[in-house]
Amino acid sequence: MRHSVRFYLGDERIEIASCDPTGTLLDWLRLERGLTGTKEGCAEGDCGACTVAVGRLDGANLRWEAINACIRFLPTLDGCQVLTVEHLTRAGVPHPVQAAMVEHHGSQCGFCTPGFVMSLACLAANGAAPDTGRIEDAIAGNLCRCTGYRPIIDAGEAACRDGAPLGSAGIAKRLGTLRDDELVQVGDGERRFLAPATGDQLVAVLADHPDAVLLSGGTDVGLWVTKDMRRLDPVLHLGRVRELRETRDDGATLVLGAGVTLSDARPLLAGLHPHLDELLRRFGGEQVRNAGTVGGNLANGSPIGDLPPALIALDATLVLRGPQGRRKMPLERFFVGYRRQDRVPGEFVERVAIPKLRPDQIFHVSKVSKRFDEDISAVCSAFRLTRDAAGLVTEARLAFGGMAAIPQRAGAAESVLLGRPFDERSAADAAAALADDFTPLDDWRASARYRLAVAGNLLRRFAIEEGGTGEPTRVAGLLAQSAAASSHA
Amino acid sequence: MLERSPVLAVPGEVGTARRHDSAPKHVSGEATYIDDIVAPAGLLHACLGLADRAHANIVALDLDRVRAAPGVVLVLTADDIPGANDVTPVTGHHDEPVFATDKVTFHGQPLFAVVARTRDAARRAARLAEAIYVDLPPVLDVAAARTAGAGYVTAGMTLTRGDAPAALAAAPRRIKGRVTIGGQDHFYLEGQVALAIPGEDGDVLVHASTQHPTEVQHMVARVLGVPFGAVTVEVRRMGGGFGGKETQGNLFAAVAALAATKLCRPVKIRPDRDDDMIATGKRHDFVIDYEIGHDDEGRILAVEATYAARCGHSADLSGPVTDRALFHADNCYFIPDVHLSSEPWRTNTVSNTAFRGFGAPQGMVGAERFIDEIAYATGRDPLDIRLLNLYGQGGAGDVRSITPYHQTVEDNIAPELIAELERRSQYRARRAAIRAWNAQSRVLKRGIALTPVKFGMSFTATQYNQAGALVHVYTDGSVQLNHAGTEMGQGLHVKVAQVVAGALGIGIDAVAITATSTGKVPNTSATAASSGSDLNGMAALDACETIKARLAAFAAGHWGVDPAAVAFLPGRVRVGTEEVAFADLVCAAYGARVQLSATGFYRTPKIHWDRTSGRGHPFYYFAYGAACAEVVVDTLTGEYRVERADILHDVGRSLNPAVDRGQIEGGFIQGMGWLTTEELWWDGQGRLRTHAPATYKIPVASDRPRVFNVDLFEGENRENTIGRSKGVGEPPLMLGISVLHALSDAVASVADHSLCPRLDTPATPERVLFAVQALRERAGP
Repeated sequence: MRHSVRFYLGDERIEIASCDPTGTLLDWLRLERGLTGTKEGCAEGDCGACTVAVGRLDGANLRWEAINACIRFLPTLDGCQVLTVEHLTRAGVPHPVQAAMVEHHGSQCGFCTPGFVMSLACLAANGAAPDTGRIEDAIAGNLCRCTGYRPIIDAGEAACRDGAPLGSAGIAKRLGTLRDDELVQVGDGERRFLAPATGDQLVAVLADHPDAVLLSGGTDVGLWVTKDMRRLDPVLHLGRVRELRETRDDGATLVLGAGVTLSDARPLLAGLHPHLDELLRRFGGEQVRNAGTVGGNLANGSPIGDLPPALIALDATLVLRGPQGRRKMPLERFFVGYRRQDRVPGEFVERVAIPKLRPDQIFHVSKVSKRFDEDISAVCSAFRLTRDAAGLVTEARLAFGGMAAIPQRAGAAESVLLGRPFDERSAADAAAALADDFTPLDDWRASARYRLAVAGNLLRRFAIEEGGTGEPTRVAGLLAQSAAASSHA
Repeated sequence: MLERSPVLAVPGEVGTARRHDSAPKHVSGEATYIDDIVAPAGLLHACLGLADRAHANIVALDLDRVRAAPGVVLVLTADDIPGANDVTPVTGHHDEPVFATDKVTFHGQPLFAVVARTRDAARRAARLAEAIYVDLPPVLDVAAARTAGAGYVTAGMTLTRGDAPAALAAAPRRIKGRVTIGGQDHFYLEGQVALAIPGEDGDVLVHASTQHPTEVQHMVARVLGVPFGAVTVEVRRMGGGFGGKETQGNLFAAVAALAATKLCRPVKIRPDRDDDMIATGKRHDFVIDYEIGHDDEGRILAVEATYAARCGHSADLSGPVTDRALFHADNCYFIPDVHLSSEPWRTNTVSNTAFRGFGAPQGMVGAERFIDEIAYATGRDPLDIRLLNLYGQGGAGDVRSITPYHQTVEDNIAPELIAELERRSQYRARRAAIRAWNAQSRVLKRGIALTPVKFGMSFTATQYNQAGALVHVYTDGSVQLNHAGTEMGQGLHVKVAQVVAGALGIGIDAVAITATSTGKVPNTSATAASSGSDLNGMAALDACETIKARLAAFAAGHWGVDPAAVAFLPGRVRVGTEEVAFADLVCAAYGARVQLSATGFYRTPKIHWDRTSGRGHPFYYFAYGAACAEVVVDTLTGEYRVERADILHDVGRSLNPAVDRGQIEGGFIQGMGWLTTEELWWDGQGRLRTHAPATYKIPVASDRPRVFNVDLFEGENRENTIGRSKGVGEPPLMLGISVLHALSDAVASVADHSLCPRLDTPATPERVLFAVQALRERAGP
């Protein structure tokens, strides 16, 4: 057992034995360390003004990730290096991103600027010459209200052309010295923070603290603290558990550990289907994807989480682990009611096994939100159809988010499709049946009427795209067909 | 004396694309915002307790648990206010208390404040209050206000010219309709914040994130019951304002100052983003009902329209905002017979306030709807209807140059500007190509629109059109600049510094920019109405001219030449046939006891306005612009993307092309956000449910048009403004209206452009999809 958390702030080694388990990195930087370059814009991980760079070892490699300091609990940084905007200028020489932002007039009021600088610095650290879309993705989690973004993109293109490393020489080696297999326990005397390093430790700790708050990426739990002002105790952090970060591909099935971040999951899921690549691209902003995990998105049980519809349509199997061992269930059975899941105290989501698509299956994912990037779904749909040699549908799995209290399949619509070829006519019939499946809610994201209309139209979109006419159906994102009729500079 | 050297440009003088003065500090994190100021010893933190009812009588407010909470030092209610429980801005309505007492009039209204050792402790304690209410029926929007007869927060205005009812009756064609226009949250990235530091003799220094330090000074003094002179308000920079810090910072500053003076300790207040969005005002949403008369060609003959605004629970700036909506109900178009009236409705929602454009954007959306209606009614290209109806260019005596407020448009460059943009954007060819493309695309439909902007420059309250400056020259030749304007990111400080650098012939690096302070330049106006550089640039120039005149007189006497033979050149001064370094001249002048510090002052000429008669010359000049936007719409989901925008905008002779371009691009995107994805959604109990960036969606990087051609229109202000420039803060926001009309054009394609889509705003994917469906139903199979 280790009673301290250890990390690097810049080149300074930090060791903290006593801390608020849910104190945020942002508050610590600003209030304890006087590093006020990192700003609070929203305290919920949606504006990016608090973006900092976190370096972590991935095997022997050092990876740089932009994260939101406002919802990141300080003790979760064990084993990492944290860089803030203050660390970028070295020996009086600004980082290429800083220089380019000045050169291209990329700041006006300047309040969002440190966050943009950090997001772009992480992008530049992870490779040279990103294309415009990649730059847009890197800053989709950063809001600017002044510039209209064009000069920031220009600065990003200029600064990232040649890439620019982050971190000081030898930092990977020094981070290596922080690694151990000890269970970490810290706190402030009243509340406890527990961070096991192995699955067995996790099982044991959870058996002792069955009511512990399971903390993974913290992109939702963070808001329980910053917005709801909840006092969580004990907090059981899953981020150090190596097994939870494991992935496996056995040819027919992709297995993702619950602790795999959405960023890490993206290329693996993209290998299953390009629609999953686009779904993950639009999942929060980069900072959220770098922190949020597959298991967190499933175990959280939100009716508007974006992974459940896709994984339900793919007939994924969830593996839970607890004191009595492991238990498997189809993912769709895990969600039993609004924000209620089939998980008993002492259990945790260990992994999810996702069957790959077979040649006789077709698949389709859509996400509809008010704003295209970095928004929560009004409706998220995922469809998998299995067809026989005659082209008739033998199995239909139509899963939706945003249509009910839980991510849910559309049984009535599915049955309409069975035994028929999948085309615009059968899609229209199935769309009409959705009214039997769902009674969605009116809220600020969309009205019930819109949700129902769009859900049906997404089935039509699927049929049109499968129809082979090649006609354009997507306005933006990776799936947009480049069909600009008249747009030329 | 120096050798004669070649005449070089002054580094950073007006006209150069000088970077923002704070840019290196922005990117390094060194730029200090109020929450970044090193905490003074003993700093305490305040948090507001907000009402969770929209309309209710307060029966009891139990704050015992708040007082007993850990870390709490003080709880403040209306009873603790030594002066007036009143932070109503200048309008004189006295309808905006610091803390509600007997009645709650909107959800999120402050009831009390708690002061604690940490911000966290204050936030936790504020949640422990227990209020007992008797609910009253809330009036939440314009429709409900009309039904309930809720009344106005301030008197409406009417603008009349000619005989609109008669002209409508005589018009060969008439159209009646309605457009509903949503509000907008400012979403400045730096929220409201104030830090008050008590002094001696009851003085207080307040660091406030405000566009209007003088009004904050007045509000703090009123609440504390002290003379204005006891209060100093300072702001170095804001992390965005957009109008949201014109009056909305008053409350926070007053609470911080109240707590600080009570406790004799520094107190900071910085609300959480959610509280900020719930408790502070926004852009007004409008319902415009119109009747248009036009001829067969599409020429407007008459317009009658009412402009109903949801003002919220108090007047705030709703009077001048709704006035400005009427002033821009014409946009660029001549309306022969016109009758416009405003209805500033009182509702149980947060009090709506200034927001970039100040009512003009809503008026202009109405004007462009009129154009759309006529275009679909006549089957003509909306651009042709726009061109047909533009104001005349004959100036005084031209009957087609008179506005509904009886000011003659004397500087109309809209025809040339629109023609130039039409050419550059290849509008006609692209429109034809889009029509052809749409004909073979079932799901996606494209749309294009070119819309102009004409924006009246000046505060319509004439007395605000004044500014002061204070320029100090030190004996080493360096300069400190102070003026009445505030910096919120718009680049005002660098522009005014450029004026000073050019006037004195010194490099801009020799001009030190200082925080705006009521202790340096008093009795200032809000930095608003796009007037910042017009007013403060001239005031600073005036101060420089005073100093130069003193230096010239000194030099003439000292070196025995005629004062006219003294010329200020870059970095040096020519005295007769010799040249002397600026710093040497200054040093010599000091030795001869010449005053090296001066104030400057400016008031805008020519303007006057009589609201009662609806006549006058409220605007010194107009700024023009036009934008051409192209969109693609998904008719299955209503999703869309702005693919391209071409902008030509008039800033007169630019003081700083880089800063001006930043204002134009940022304004366009902000206007686009207002009209597309930014939706304010109140539930049936009057609770704002889009109160954070998770739910309120301003544009992100990928929303900007990938093809974005932005140019400044060549020209200069015909009026004698600073450097012949024009204000640029607000007008570009209305360039975003082109996006709404491009969406409308795309939607119209599903009914072969035979019907006006009447797309309301914000045109979210949902509204676009429903507009598509409605049009298909109206058009029939």
